[in-house]
Amino acid sequence: MAEVKLFGNWGSPFSGRIEFALKLKGVEYEFIDEDIYNYKSPLLLKYNPVHKKIPVLVHNGKPICESLVILEYIDETWEKGPSLLPKDPYERALVRFWTKFLDEKCVPTLWKTCWSIGEEQEKAKEESTELLKILEGTLSDKKFFGGDSIGMVDIVANFISYWFIILQELAGLQVLTKEKFPKLGAWIDDYLNCNIIKENLPPKDKLTAYFRARFEAAAAAAK
Amino acid sequence: MPTDEQLLLLDLWVSPFSTRVKIALAEKGLSYETQEEDVLGGKSDLLLKSNPLYAKVPVLLHNGKPVVESTNIVYYIDETWPSPQLLPACSYGKSRARFWADFIDKKVFDAGSSIWKTKGEELEAAKKEFIDILKKLEGAMGDKDYFGGDKFGFVDVILIGLTTWFYVYEKYGGFKIEKECPKFAAWINRCKKRDSVAKNYVDPERTYEFVGMLRKMHGVE
Repeated sequence: MAEVKLFGNWGSPFSGRIEFALKLKGVEYEFIDEDIYNYKSPLLLKYNPVHKKIPVLVHNGKPICESLVILEYIDETWEKGPSLLPKDPYERALVRFWTKFLDEKCVPTLWKTCWSIGEEQEKAKEESTELLKILEGTLSDKKFFGGDSIGMVDIVANFISYWFIILQELAGLQVLTKEKFPKLGAWIDDYLNCNIIKENLPPKDKLTAYFRARFEAAAAAAK
Repeated sequence: MPTDEQLLLLDLWVSPFSTRVKIALAEKGLSYETQEEDVLGGKSDLLLKSNPLYAKVPVLLHNGKPVVESTNIVYYIDETWPSPQLLPACSYGKSRARFWADFIDKKVFDAGSSIWKTKGEELEAAKKEFIDILKKLEGAMGDKDYFGGDKFGFVDVILIGLTTWFYVYEKYGGFKIEKECPKFAAWINRCKKRDSVAKNYVDPERTYEFVGMLRKMHGVE
């Protein structure tokens, strides 16, 4: 029988993406929770010696690293179930463009907005707003980035739908609101309403408590 | 290729990312036109319209539809014209290729840029990091001739174009790749013998002159 293991962290949006994809495809897997902020296990270092990060998918003993690479692997290996990527090469190029935009620009900038202070935060807020405007425009009149159903871009945008909303509230910010971004607001509601997604998100109170503790530790360290 | 297919590459002669795409097109035996972009002087309307987010080259227009970001373009070329295939056939092989393409894109050019943009201690640190990256890539190749195994493949295409700037790093960094990473140097020479690479490999001396000008612009001298 095929053996699938996922090395991740309960609170990570990156391993979260992989869990959504595996569940969407109906793939059974074993989840190994790595306490990545405090310790990197020997198995993790063995499977991802280059980056030493989660998520790592191990399929029949062979490791696949980097969440975007893993998502494409899942799509190609388990053809049953909804497709994460379209079949047409041009449409696939667009998906790859937007997932890279999300990972290299949006997620780091939104994250920085919540964790920085003063002028750095003001600058990050402005950049975040510009990036969110671009995403709002990309959604245009679609329900999901993938069209009528969720696709790889929606899954990769998961950070925005849930983690960022919790973080911005803790940071006392209102960068992403329904008033400023009605389409993104509607997308968040529709996305979080999908069974696969809502049944597999980390518990809100546990995640909030975790981030609150990190904010307090950061504030204490800054004094 | 059918005569009604049109390929136009928005290009910058010295860009290693443009070189990467040209090698991919040559591997597939595809003919295309180029439009040279004066990225420092003034970008064309077509470039700004085709790549509104980044306004960068290369951009490949296939029957007028733009594909941007050089690695994405190579994936597109490989999927649209599947023969000869650059990516491995099996899913796991594809995932390995994608992983190393991602590593190359995240590390190589930036590490190289840190060499020509800095001096003194910063330069020494940048040089060490660059050589470490090449050693990791040597490890990925193992004892094969190419990153694709016995055949020139996707990762080879992704990486070989970037090596057109390695002479620049060697000159400013004061080191030789042949000495530090002989296996890597041997791979470069092996690839340069291929038609697709030989015909598109930008002269390193011209690249060096161009970067000299960039250094002045960045105030490094």
